[in-house]
Amino acid sequence: MALDWLFQGQNLPRLAEGLWLTAQISFISVGISCITGTLFGLIMRSSNPFVRLLSILYLETIRIVPILVWLFMLYFGLAEWTGVHLSGLWVCVWVFVLWGTAEMGDLVRGALQSIEKHQVEAGLALGLSRFQVFYLIEAPQGLRRLLPSAINLFTRMVKTSSLAALIGVIEVVKVGQQIIENSLLTVPNASFWVYGLIFVLYFVICYPLSLLANRLEQQWES
Amino acid sequence: MNWQYIWQTAPRFFQAALMTLELAVYGIVLSLLLGGVVAIFTAYKTPILNKISRAYIELSRNTPLLIQLFFLYYGLPKIGIKWSGFTCGVIALVFLGGSYMAEALRAGLIAVPKGQIEAGKAIGLNKIQIFWYVVLPQAWAIALPAVGANVLFLIKETSVISAVAVVELMFLTKDIIGMDYKTNEALFLLFISYLLILLPVAMWARWAEKKARSAKYGT
Repeated sequence: MALDWLFQGQNLPRLAEGLWLTAQISFISVGISCITGTLFGLIMRSSNPFVRLLSILYLETIRIVPILVWLFMLYFGLAEWTGVHLSGLWVCVWVFVLWGTAEMGDLVRGALQSIEKHQVEAGLALGLSRFQVFYLIEAPQGLRRLLPSAINLFTRMVKTSSLAALIGVIEVVKVGQQIIENSLLTVPNASFWVYGLIFVLYFVICYPLSLLANRLEQQWES
Repeated sequence: MNWQYIWQTAPRFFQAALMTLELAVYGIVLSLLLGGVVAIFTAYKTPILNKISRAYIELSRNTPLLIQLFFLYYGLPKIGIKWSGFTCGVIALVFLGGSYMAEALRAGLIAVPKGQIEAGKAIGLNKIQIFWYVVLPQAWAIALPAVGANVLFLIKETSVISAVAVVELMFLTKDIIGMDYKTNEALFLLFISYLLILLPVAMWARWAEKKARSAKYGT
């Protein structure tokens, strides 16, 4: 059977280890981005035009340049410009946090903005403080509108973390490449099975998240 | 920053930018075609084809482009299917883009009010005429902002295709950093190239969004 070798020795545990690193990059980045993104979203709603301009500039700069380019800029550039040597893993986390903050911020802003003005006004008319209005009216409704798209952002991050392999992080794709190189002579069609398996692995992680996002969206839309 | 080096290398970046654009144009046009067909299957719930389309959309949206690309470029030759890096790049881009376009176009198709179709029937148009003259123009206007966002997304995703040795912007940058150690210059040219390509597209996308809103609300 062509697949036997894949289950032999350290192949599967190593792939699992790589996958765990992929998950870590995504989890850590998403975790931090949730906090920084919420803050950024609130900042984006500032009435100060200068602050607003700066935050739009940040958001658009992050958005317009491909993530792989950002990874390269920080991986190769940072050492050159500042002498700070970050490992590929940390470059990845940094880029993902910068990216996540921008995207999450925009989602938070959008969610809060979609809440009708009169709700806030009604709250204020009832004599709630501005903080109470936010905490009791805006936040719970905003969260419902935010959550599906935030989960989608999470799946995008999991998928994009595969690019870490291109700046030398030993995550699941890189481990796959190593396994293929090791078994080049004994298993000539290794790359078909290994990349096929990694393809399935990513699907198994991302699909449930997509399903959850869809379910929440449908449930809360009504 | 060595400006003379930048000046000398600019033509090579121009070539690479053309390659990026070529990949993008093929990718975008073909994904629109694929997405259009898939959108019709899913919007009108065509039996069987609807199920296949849903499966395709989920598969393509929940796996990374890099893996799709590696599977095509390194995996498939082992079972006798061999394509060039460029072809693999375009196929992967269309596989990915097709589902994104399908979702955008489907949303447009189902947003056209039923009354419009009934009105078409009432004045004696046949099914194809209704689709072509009544549904499609309205659906397209509604879908345009999402299509624009996907266009931007697909151009950016071409950077990943550097991983299978297609000499586009990303690949050239890696090459220059590796060969000449001109990190600053290469990254500068890379950044500028993408800005020059993407800024106009982003502005077009924003304009399209405004246009679509006026098509929807007449303001």
